[in-house]
This record gives sequence, C-alpha cells and structure tokens, in this order.
Amino acid sequence: MIANPDKAHVDFTRQDTLLRVHCTGAWNWSAPHPAMPEEPLWAGLSGVRLEATETTEEDGALLAWLLKFCRVAAERNLAIDTGGLAEGTQKLLALALAVPPRTDHPTDASPGFFASLGGIALRLWSDLPLALAFTGEITQAFGRLLTGKARLRRRDLMWLIEANGPRALPISSLISFLVGTILAYMGAVQLAQFGAQIYIADLVAIGMVREIGALMTGIILAGRTGAAYAAQIGTMQVNEEIDALRTLGISPIDTLVLPRLLALVMMVPLLTLYAGVVGIGAGMLIATTVFGVGIREYLHETVLALSWTHILIGMFKGTVYGALVAFSGCWRGMQCGRSAQAVGEATTSAVVTSILLITVSASVLTILFQRLGW
Amino acid sequence: MNESIISIRNLTMAYGDNVIQRDLTFDIQRGDIFVIMGGSGCGKSTLLRHMIGLQAPSAGSVLFGSEDFWAASAEEQDRLKRRFGVLFQAGALWSSLTLAENIAFPMEEFTRLPADAIRDIVATKLALVGLAGFEHYYPSEISGGMKKRAALARAMALNPDILFFDEPSAGLDPLSSRRLDELILQLRDSLGATIVLVTHELPSIFAVANNSVFLDAESKTMIATGDPKHLALHGPDGVRSFLSRGEPS
Repeated sequence: MIANPDKAHVDFTRQDTLLRVHCTGAWNWSAPHPAMPEEPLWAGLSGVRLEATETTEEDGALLAWLLKFCRVAAERNLAIDTGGLAEGTQKLLALALAVPPRTDHPTDASPGFFASLGGIALRLWSDLPLALAFTGEITQAFGRLLTGKARLRRRDLMWLIEANGPRALPISSLISFLVGTILAYMGAVQLAQFGAQIYIADLVAIGMVREIGALMTGIILAGRTGAAYAAQIGTMQVNEEIDALRTLGISPIDTLVLPRLLALVMMVPLLTLYAGVVGIGAGMLIATTVFGVGIREYLHETVLALSWTHILIGMFKGTVYGALVAFSGCWRGMQCGRSAQAVGEATTSAVVTSILLITVSASVLTILFQRLGW
Repeated sequence: MNESIISIRNLTMAYGDNVIQRDLTFDIQRGDIFVIMGGSGCGKSTLLRHMIGLQAPSAGSVLFGSEDFWAASAEEQDRLKRRFGVLFQAGALWSSLTLAENIAFPMEEFTRLPADAIRDIVATKLALVGLAGFEHYYPSEISGGMKKRAALARAMALNPDILFFDEPSAGLDPLSSRRLDELILQLRDSLGATIVLVTHELPSIFAVANNSVFLDAESKTMIATGDPKHLALHGPDGVRSFLSRGEPS
C-alpha cells in the first residue's frame, strides 16, 4: 500500500501487542514528516518492529524520524526490533541509541525582570569586596616596588607609555577640538544676546581646562586603554600565560598591573592638559571667525580667566579618571574566565566599569572642589 | 635512590561543593617519570594545578621532600616554585615577548647572570629543543608544536629538578610526539630531573613512564598506582581496559 512514492509515509499495524512500523517513500528535510502515532495505538504494546522498504533518503531525515520514534518507544519500555531496516540504518540507529540522552539539562530558563534586576544588584554588591581586595593587592605591589623587592621592566613600561600616551593624541585632538567648538558655539549664542562674546574665552578656557578636558580624556581612555588592558590581560588568562607567571613565583600584579597603572597615571595629566589646549584653540577659532572677537583680545581674556588652580584641578581630575580606567581594565582582565566569550565580557565590563567610576568620581570631585571654594 | 621528591597525602580537590577527587595518596621518587592517567574529566589537570601551586586543596597536602607546600608561607612557596618548571598544554608563552625574551625572563627575575651569559643560555636551551636561531620570533609566528618546544625550553630555564607536563603530546603529530618522548627521557637521564606528566597518549605512557597513578571519574578517587606496564597486565579491570583501549588482550 504505497500511497505516493514521492512522499514519506509510515504505516502502523498492530499484531497483538506488537506494533509494526513500516516506512516507505522519499524522505528528506524539505517535505513534512509523518506524525508520531496517537495515544490509543500505544496502549498495551510490548514491542515495536521497524521496517523500511522502497525508501529513498539523502539527508538523514528517515534516521532522525526513527530515532525520535525509538526514544518515544523506549520511554514506554517497549522492545525495539530494528530487523526490518536496511543494515546501514540499523547500525547508525544502534550507535545513536547506545547512550541514553542526558535528562538533567542545564537550566537556561531566563529569569524574570525583577529576578534579573536583583541579580545585577547582588553582582554589584559582591564586586565591592573584590574591588577592595584588588586595591589591596595593588597597594602591596606598590610597596614592593618602593622597597625594591619588585622590579619594573623598563621596556614594558616604555611600550605601555607609548601605546597609551602619544598614540592617543589623534583621537584626543579630534574630540577636544569638537568639544571646544560646541562649547564656544553654545556659549556664544547666549552671550551674544548681551554683546558679551568676549566671555566665550572664559567659558571655553575654564570649561575645557577644569572639567571637560579631563572628562573627555577619561572617556577616550576608557574605550581605548581600559578595553585594551582588559583584553590583553584576559587573553593572557585564557592562554595560561598568567598561570605560567604564577608557577614561577612571579606576581602578575607586579609584572602586568603595576606597569599599566603607572603608564596611564603618568600619561593622563599630559593628555588632559593637551585636551585643554586644543579646546581653547577650537574656541578661539570659532570666536574670532564667527563671532568677531579679536585674536589678541581672546588670548588676553583666556590668560585672565585661567589660574593655576583651574589647571591643577583639571590635571588632578584627569589623573583620578586615568587611574580608575587602568584599575577597571586590569581588574576585569584579571577576573576574566577561560574562554573567548569571557574575554569579550571582560572588555565590555571594563569599559562600563570605567565610565561608571569616572561619572561618579566626576560628580563627587566637582561638588567637593566647589565646597572647598577652589 | 628511594627518596620521595613529591608526596601527595590524603588530597581532596573540589570546586565549591563539587568534589573532583578525594583521598589521593601517592609518592613520586627522584628520577621518576610519573604519569597521571585517567579518562577525560576525571581531574588529571586539576591534580596538576594542585601540585604546581595554582589551586589550593580542600583537604590534604602536597609535600616537596618534607616541606608542605600549602602550609608554607608565600615566600617559601615562591622558593619551592623555583624548583620546578611547568609546560602548559598550549605552551603559554608570553605573547608580547620573543622566544629569547620568554626564556630569559625567569633568569632575569631570579638570577644575577650577566646579559651575555643569559644570551648564551637561551641559545643553548633553544638548540636543545631543536629551535636554534628562533630567538627573535614571537610565539604567534611559529607553529603549535614549536610553541610547545619553546615552552619546554622556558620551563628548563632555571634548571629545575622537577618538570611538570600538561598533555605534552596533545595537538602534535605522531613523529613530533615521539621526538618529545625521547626528549623527556634524555632530560631525565642527563639532568637527573623528575618528570610528572598528565597524558592519555598510550604510546607515550608505555615509552617513558616508570610510575603512575590512575584517577577514576566514577568513584572520584585513585584506583591504581604503579608502573603502567605492570598495571596493563595486572591492574584492576578499569585500568587494564584503559591501557588496552578497551580491546581484549
């Protein structure tokens, strides 16, 4: 009884407590497959016999259906006789059925909104002692460096300084120039209402040097250096390079974290200063070409507006942000798991942590310096 | 010659509540080539990590001679670590350093040798592993087998008396793998080093090892210890079938 030789078909016939399952037709993945037998057919069976005649298949569709059927039959503790199948199919089926499927699946049920919110809060909370421990380790390493028990490899340090100082200049120039332009434009539109365009110079100079230069430098470094630190250290973790250091009794904090932290802390005040200078240049360009302020007036006003306090506060803030970026990058790198996926997560997490810490510390420092009246 | 260089006493290893192996007790004698065997996932590499100081045991101890590694102070541990060299599974060469710098690094950290002496030592170590002239290559520029050999040169940099190998032949072709076996035997014979291997490469096990421990994943403990050639004939069933690839002998 072959209904249509082009279509996969299964006949189920009962002989007492034996169910004969007869497959015919052309089996492939693009055509729909016969359904599993209905419940009444299963009742009171003791075994099944699988048969296949005149079947054609190219892509394992018949085998997949048979395997599914056998799993259902096995759940009902039925004896399975594969004698009516082609020899190759019998062997493959025996191979696939040799090991029972694992039933304790890893739970991948996605938690609800509140559960995941709680998860994030718990993770942040548990990060706190870890961050403190890492700070402690860095402090100890710094102590070892000062007492001469640890040695900084000068070549590593020079390489890190070059990679994270001078090489950040192009992107820093671009961003600072544009931010300076925006600042000048926004200020000028308001100030021009009172004919006070000359105060663009004060706005840009103080704004760039005291606040925004440092902030922008911090954020550029978070994306550029923080991410690089996390990826470098994370990959070393994956490649067992850090284990190789540890088994030699060399502290990875001394050899990897300390030079990275020092390189950035040394470079970031200079980058902040540079960002301020470029911003002032951009402000001057806008004020003189668009709003008719003279170059000499602008420069004079800038010099009047700036004080050492502004400059030092800007550099101090930049240094704090740079230290936070290096800390986050190295910390997340050291925490990294042992897979490519984990390196990606460590990098993302380093940038997010850096930006979070920069924003929080920027607010705290700004309020602090205002209160101190500096 | 019957002097234990490493003794494992009632060692229990666990990740949190998940016990990997419990109650391991065995000795490694000076000059042994000792194999840690067992099926996949039984905790061979974890045992190695406990022996090389990367992971602390939940119970029991790892003794080097008479010194208990995990009970020692950090300085003592560092001193003990310098007695052994480790060859990691994929080499674990520091990727930002050239091969010469990789091998020189431990010497620069722990010895006061002048730079030209270090250079000569590096050249010798590289020549010993068949990589003469590769000083200025970076790890990313050489093949997997070469990385392993370079890593072996680094592991030998401080002339350790114990060498640990984590799956040395994984990813090597049969010929390179055999060359490595010969190198291991030579290292033992010429330097008098004790060698601890984690491997399930049967030809290597029979070619080099004179002592072993067999970890079982089911019972979560060791089920045999001794010369693998002896275990292959007279060991417990599980060990015999492992050593004969399940084929009836």
